[in-house]
Amino acid sequence: MADASPPTRMMPRDALAARLWQAASGLLDRPMALVQRLVGGNRMAWIFLAPNIFFFGLFVFLPIGINIALSVTGGTNLFLGDRPHVGAAHYEALLDCRSYLEPGSCREDHFWKGVANTLKFTLFQMVAMVGTALVTALVLNRKIRGRGFFRAVYFFPVLLSPVVVALIWKWILQRDGLLNAAITTAGGQKILFFVDPGWAMFWAVFVSVWAHMGFYTLILLAGLQAIPADLYEAAEMDGTPPMRVLTRITLPLLWPNLLVVLVLVLIRAVQTFDEVFVLTGGGPGTATVMIVQYIYETAFANQVQNFGRAAAASMLLGGLLFALTMLQLWFARRKAA
Amino acid sequence: MTVSLFRQTRHPGRIGWTDILSYAYLALGVVLMFGPVLWLVLSSLKTPAALLEFPPSLLPLTQKTVTVPGHAQPLELYRVRMPDGTVRELAQVRRIGIQAQMLDPADPATIIRVPIEAREPIREMAFAWSNYTEPLQQFAFGRYFSNSLIVTIVATIITLIINSMAAYALAIYEFRGKALMLLLVIGTLMIPITIVLVPVFLVITQMGLNNSLWAVILPGAATPTGVFLLRQYMLTLPRDLIEAARMDKASEWQIYARIVLPLTLPALAVLAIFSIMWRWNEFLWPLAVLTKSEVYTLQIGLNAFQGELQTQWHYLLAMTVMTLAPVALVFVFLQRFITTGIANTGMK
Repeated sequence: MADASPPTRMMPRDALAARLWQAASGLLDRPMALVQRLVGGNRMAWIFLAPNIFFFGLFVFLPIGINIALSVTGGTNLFLGDRPHVGAAHYEALLDCRSYLEPGSCREDHFWKGVANTLKFTLFQMVAMVGTALVTALVLNRKIRGRGFFRAVYFFPVLLSPVVVALIWKWILQRDGLLNAAITTAGGQKILFFVDPGWAMFWAVFVSVWAHMGFYTLILLAGLQAIPADLYEAAEMDGTPPMRVLTRITLPLLWPNLLVVLVLVLIRAVQTFDEVFVLTGGGPGTATVMIVQYIYETAFANQVQNFGRAAAASMLLGGLLFALTMLQLWFARRKAA
Repeated sequence: MTVSLFRQTRHPGRIGWTDILSYAYLALGVVLMFGPVLWLVLSSLKTPAALLEFPPSLLPLTQKTVTVPGHAQPLELYRVRMPDGTVRELAQVRRIGIQAQMLDPADPATIIRVPIEAREPIREMAFAWSNYTEPLQQFAFGRYFSNSLIVTIVATIITLIINSMAAYALAIYEFRGKALMLLLVIGTLMIPITIVLVPVFLVITQMGLNNSLWAVILPGAATPTGVFLLRQYMLTLPRDLIEAARMDKASEWQIYARIVLPLTLPALAVLAIFSIMWRWNEFLWPLAVLTKSEVYTLQIGLNAFQGELQTQWHYLLAMTVMTLAPVALVFVFLQRFITTGIANTGMK
């Protein structure tokens, strides 16, 4: 690839996509040459950047401004011109609690239930996700037959859509499902998993770990494989016990990767919505409602669409994510250093 | 003792307890990861009656029936232990309390009465393919499928083009404001759609794109992940190549389209796979922006079905299998590509 082989060798001449691209980009040859003559060769960078930056501007940066504006205005109109200014009313309503430890004591109890559930979910999920991913990566890093196959086995659910994942497990966990069949065959009583708040949260965590652990396993495995083999050989020659090798060599050297995974899991967990929403619908009651579900429902699914309240809640979530991302960047920098 | 617990087999050729433990863990993993999907596929081939069975049978079984002259309905076949100890295959005419009236299909005239506990249903494998064909006719499943296909293909093409253009600018040129632009791209990583759900909805509504597929395609078309992935790859390309092309009076656009892009094909392939995966599986944003069922994507349609068809699991399961099938195919063929792509970039 480093030699100046003609591009046609990388892109087979007969490939349809390549031909289409040649025809389509050929159409732009003349206009772009004209533009280049106008702006000069080096400023073409801006021309190349323009479409992407335009999309970022329209769908990321502009929306942040709109979000702030929405969060300080009221009413049910979507467009800013038709919305009365209400100041910090939405934030005050969201933060109005007699005790932050009791979601029930808050004016916007649904939001706080979401916060409490998300925190609980995040905590359990982080421990379970990082734990299983680490153990799996350690096992896969040994010299085992069929490593590629096993890696694929753990990884494939990552590609499944959240709706598919949730439906697969809903079918297994339903009242007359496979798991209850196993329980009754073993002499137990059927359990209504989605009627019991504790079980619903347990399965929400379990299913999300099932779906995503393969991804983190891959990252940790890449980290493990980067640890120099001679360290292990030296330890073996010294007769170091395996537990000591784990705590003195493997984990310390894997630590930077582990931190990155930890924060990545955290950032994703805080935004949990899809799988849990399809699996439990937030129920029973509000036992598994997450912050994002609160935002979605407040803005789109409730009878009265309260865009301002939803925007204010997403600003709060955004602040949390910003802090977590800074944490991630800090860890990443330390890893690089 | 040895170190190899976390590294390799202790002694080549011998199997230690740690190996047994590892393989046991992996075997459990295979059951836990593959089992649910296998169970979904097997269940999706069962008839509604077989789905209601509890405890469920592993394979899609239905009771064997036989058509007997003189009876309009097909009769269910049972294996019956007769009082004299012999076992016969009989068809049940009707059941009255704990007695069943049965007949031998070879001799339909004689009714034999047997206690119900003496009979045992004869079952055979039967695949209910109608679970798959009927949703395509009765519901707009085909429509959702083609909507998802359009969104995935169009969005991926747009993403590949605009991301590669931006990556080219950030990899090849030196210009004022480049650092700021890079920072801007990193910045967008921090703002997932969960944070700007409502304002993006406003922008899309203002553009008049509500309830069109463009509403799903456009907002996620520019991805920071893609720009970085492609830029990283383009940085490794030899600069002489570009300088030589400039000497030959190739325009900047031609250098991008004819020289750099074809050489970036491996990275483009990884981004294409990511983009296909993101788009096919996307849920929250389409859920918010698509309210008319004609424009539903597969995921939104499936979610709507699971609300409506609570009692019709046979359709729901078959539709779930059809939704995951394309992804499974992609995975089988491109597994190596995907896993190495993720291991190298740390993204998904």
